[in-house]
This record gives sequence, C-alpha cells and structure tokens, in this order.
Amino acid sequence: MTDASTPIELPRTFEEFNEQRRQSFLKVKDFKQAGGRLVGYLCSYTPLEVIDAAGASAVGLCGTSDEVIPAAEEVLPANLCPLVKSTYGFAYSQKCPFTHFSDLIVGETTCDGKKKMYELLGELKPTHILHLPQGRSRAHEREGWYQEVVALKEALERLYGIRITDDTLREAARLRNRLRRATLALFELQRAEPPAMSGVELMSTMFAGTFNFDVRAYVESLERLGEQRRAEAEAGGSPVGAGAKRILVTGCPVGGVIGKVGATIERNGGVVVCEDDCGGERTNRFMVDEDAPDILRAIAERYLKINCSVMTPNEDRFVATREMMEKYRVDGVIECVLTACHTFNVEAARMECAVEEAGVPYMKIETDYSSGDLGQLETRIAAFIETL
Amino acid sequence: MASDEKSPRLGIGLDIGSTATKLVVLGADGAVSHTDLMPTGFSSVDAAARALASLEAAGFAPGGGARVVATGYGRVAVPYADKVVTEITCHGRGAAHLFGPEGTVIDVGGQDTKVIRLRGGRVAKFAMNDKCAAGTGRFLEVMADRLSVSQEELSALARTGEPTRISSMCTVFAESEVISLVGRGEPRENIAGGVVESVAGRVATLVASAGGSAPYYLTGGLCDNGYVVERLAALLGAPVTTCSEARYAGAIGAALAALDMG
Ligand code: SF4
Ligand code: SF4
Repeated sequence: MTDASTPIELPRTFEEFNEQRRQSFLKVKDFKQAGGRLVGYLCSYTPLEVIDAAGASAVGLCGTSDEVIPAAEEVLPANLCPLVKSTYGFAYSQKCPFTHFSDLIVGETTCDGKKKMYELLGELKPTHILHLPQGRSRAHEREGWYQEVVALKEALERLYGIRITDDTLREAARLRNRLRRATLALFELQRAEPPAMSGVELMSTMFAGTFNFDVRAYVESLERLGEQRRAEAEAGGSPVGAGAKRILVTGCPVGGVIGKVGATIERNGGVVVCEDDCGGERTNRFMVDEDAPDILRAIAERYLKINCSVMTPNEDRFVATREMMEKYRVDGVIECVLTACHTFNVEAARMECAVEEAGVPYMKIETDYSSGDLGQLETRIAAFIETL
Repeated sequence: MASDEKSPRLGIGLDIGSTATKLVVLGADGAVSHTDLMPTGFSSVDAAARALASLEAAGFAPGGGARVVATGYGRVAVPYADKVVTEITCHGRGAAHLFGPEGTVIDVGGQDTKVIRLRGGRVAKFAMNDKCAAGTGRFLEVMADRLSVSQEELSALARTGEPTRISSMCTVFAESEVISLVGRGEPRENIAGGVVESVAGRVATLVASAGGSAPYYLTGGLCDNGYVVERLAALLGAPVTTCSEARYAGAIGAALAALDMG
C-alpha cells in the first residue's frame, strides 16, 4: 500500500494527454508528493467524515464522461449504466488523476453493476468495499452498517499508520454539517420566483464540489457564492426569465448529463429549481448529530438515512420529493434514469404515482452520456415543458 | 414580421417528419385552404425550401397576415418560421381539432411512435418510442421490402394469413428472422400477418404504458392502412378512429398555433 514516501508515478500514457489533463495530473502529483493523502469514493453513502478524520482528502470518482466508455467496454458488458462504465473506464485507461493517485478507493455494495465492477476495479487499484445493507428498518441492518463504518476507520488507520480519534471525527462532522448547511442555503435561493440561479449553474457547482481537496476552503467558497447570489437576487438580478417553468429533476446522479438534461430544460423555457438526486437536498438535509456521545455511530446513522433506490423499501424518497415539490413550487418533475439503472427505473413507476397524485405532471427520460439521443431528448423535454 | 392589415390572416403549419413533410394552410375561420405532402428526403433544409415553393405557387406566401409554425423533427430547419413547436403539442392539438378534446392519440410515424393523452383538448401526458424502429412505419417498410411487396400489398396479404409469430423486437434481427422464415417456406401471407401483429402489438404496449384509454385516434402515415388499424383496435379492445386528414394532424396543429399568433 502507498504511503507518502513511495514514488508517485504518472501513467504510462501521460505524454499523450492534452495540456489540461497533464496539468491536473501534475497538480495532483504535487499534492501527493507534498505528503497529501487521497481517498476516492463512489457513492453518497460513503461516510466522508471518517476519511476527513484520517487526514485524507476525499474525492468523488463517479465517471461522468463517455470518453472512456469504449475502453471500459473492453472488459465490461455494454448494457451497464454509463456511470459504472465511465468510472471503471477512467481507472482502466488511467485518464483520471484522482483515480490514478488515490491511495484507496472506497465503494459500497449498492447496485449490482457497481458492486461487481468493484471486483474488477480491485485488480487495478486498492479498494475497500463497505457492505451497505439493502434496507434500514431492521436493527441488524443498522448494526451491520455501523460495523462496516468501524471497519473503514480501521482500514484507514492501517493504511496510513495512524489513530483516528473521536475528537477528529467530531470536528469533521461539524465541518461537514457546515458544508451541508451552506449547500442547503444555496439550494434554497432557488425558491425565489424567478430563482436566483440557472439550474445549470447550480448543478455544475454541486458537481465541481466533489473534486475538492480542502473541505474548509470549499465550505467558505460555497458560503461566499451563496451570499453573492443572494445579494444579486435581492437586487433583482436573476439570470432566469420570469415565465420559466419550474422543474424538479429527480432520479439517478445527474453529474454526467448536466449539458444534456439541465441545459436542454433551460433552453426550452424551463429552469431547474431543485436537483433531487443523491447529491441534492434530500441527502444534504440529513445532519450528523455532532454532540452524540458515540460520534462514529452518529456518523453511521446519518448516512444510512439516505434515500436511494438501492434500498428497499424506499418510501421516504417519495415523501422527500413531494416536500421539495411544494417547497420549490415546481410546475413539473422530470425523472432522469441512466440507461440500465434498474433500481431507479423500476422505482420510477411509484415515483410517477407519487408525483401525479400531488397534481404535478411527471415525465421519465432514459439517457446515457453519449450524444446520440440529443435530438430525441430535446423533443421530449421541449414537449413536456409546452404541456405545463 | 409585422402584421399587414390588408393581407388576409392565415395559419400555415409545416410538419417536417423523418419520412414526409406535410403542409397545411388554414383560413382565419379554421377552414383548410391548402394541403401538400412531399417526401422529406435526406435534408430537412431542402424540404423546408420545397415547402416554401409549394406555398408560393399556391398563392400563400408567408409574411403579412400569414404566420408560419414549424414542427416535426426538422422544425429547426425552417428559416421562415415565426415559431417552432414540438410535434407532440401539434399532434395533440391537430387530433383534438379533427376528433375531439378527450381521448388517446396514437401517432405511428416513419421513425417513431407517439402516444398522447388528451384532456380538454390539451396534451396531458405522452410517451414516445423513438429509440428503435419496432412499432413504427419503418418496421413495416423494411419487412415489405424483404417480402418484395408494397405496404398496401403487405396488408392485403396479412389479412388472408395465419400470423406467424415474429419474436425479435429489433428491426435488424426481425429482418433476418423474416428471411429465414421465407427460406423455410413459410407462406408469405402468414409472415405478413406476423409483421402486422408485431407492429400492432408494440404500439398497443406503448399505449398501455402511457396509460392510454378509449376513445383512440390514429394519426400519422398508417391511417390509410385499414388492416393495421383493425388489428390495433382488436388488441386495444376498442375502436380506433382515423381519417385521411389524420396524416396532417401535426401540420393542422401547427397551423392552428400559427392562427393564434394573430
Ligand atoms: S444514486 Fe444511490 S448508489 Fe448511486 S451514488 Fe447515489 S446514493 Fe450511491
Ligand atoms: S445510476 Fe443506478 S445503475 Fe448507475 S451506478 Fe447509480 S444506482 Fe447503479
């Protein structure tokens, strides 16, 4: 396993990379050379406080580009979710500096595609798999998850030869809670009519946040952005037209389809007022009880509350979405399912009922990271907005 | 375009579909003054230019009181359009105009199939099959070619046959299935029956998944294909109403939207 003294090597293909990619590789290499610790994660269930408390930077490694999918398909079957293929493809083709320089990649047993992909990823990079239960209503599921979080803590302690103390965990929880509050404050600016930001800006900001090395610096920048956008909105400077239809986007993580879905909505008379994926409000509103006597257990409990379709049952997701629909006064809900994501795709039938019961129009789209369906997607989204 | 008081108010609807381009001109009272239908060809820009020539020849040049709304997959390729509206909205509106404000519109197009639920003359919900050719006009076209018959002959054959089950959904696989059925000496009318069953079955499934309910209206290129309409009605368990003008539904909806612009 890596420690700060092992040589840090660039990928074999480094010379073929374009300037921008080379720069980011060099940046991450410098970070590592200066003794920086890097841990990659792949899912919202990863208890980031534990990584923070190990003195490591946690970076999201979810693949969002189709660039490396052909490479991934040399190993993986084609009919898998693009997020799974892209994540593996970046590791396989050594094109992502964060994946390449991670000391450890943490994954969870979520959907079948990810779970089995991690076995292959494990051949390329050191991985640690947390066994996520399939539900949270049974006591042994909660206890089992807590034990998994303990095991992650111990794995990091072994990896870096350190002790993770309750104090550092608590401090990490305070900072992450502050980040969650700053994120929520930014989301809430979209309640205004018209909203303070374009949805594309909001989605891109959330996405960029997953690549931050320094949580504190990121919190501060997010707080500043929130202040700035609030002030602009109060001065009447919304970038969004008054008549724009207010859309809530729910479903799979949208980091890879911001241009395809987010921008298309906004080009056709809509605006994304709520991003209801696992990086959105339904996840960020869960805080860690930072004063709990057993802080590690409090951290484990907070993460298990996340309402993802990999859980069964997952009723609270519908409840949360209905609350957001009201809070953000949405005109329509678009569910974005990534191709071959069975859990969200199946759950969509129930989401459709939950949304329509509240009297709000609903449309599901299935898409991937390619540009092949751009025209069809544009027609669907434009037609949906025309009906609102 | 500034509205010219002297020129009469007209609504021009142009529907550039993947296979055919449809043109409808409505007078201020909503009566049809002119229709035209031409193959789209490989370029929607070119189709838009030919549609303009047709309008000019018939004395309905855009401008003045004549507004143009473009729809269909080539809708963005019409430089003289005053407005662009999606084919879902236009088909819904056109069908409501032809048939009535409540019901389910089934539009079987050249490359895609749409199911539109109408409520109060407006689109309440829609579903589209636009990722594969199964259940579209394209599927019938490919299979008719394979059997060396025209689409009309395919329907006529199908009516007399005992449908052979075509199990492949994908047009490419279904095509090889048909080739091997022909090779095995399966009667052509049975294969033709299977082809029609396959299309009608796919369309009926899409209707069900969109939560469609009677009354059903069929628009698009298959509205003159009596046998397909019959089989579809049988599978849906309710009559499917259609008429020859129904292939212009999208253009009619666009022309109505153009009239709204005043
Ligand atoms: S959608 Fe679910 S499985 Fe995927 S990253 Fe989010 S929480 Fe994890
Ligand atoms: S989007 Fe769905 S299939 Fe893809 S990784 Fe997430 S849960 Fe798995």
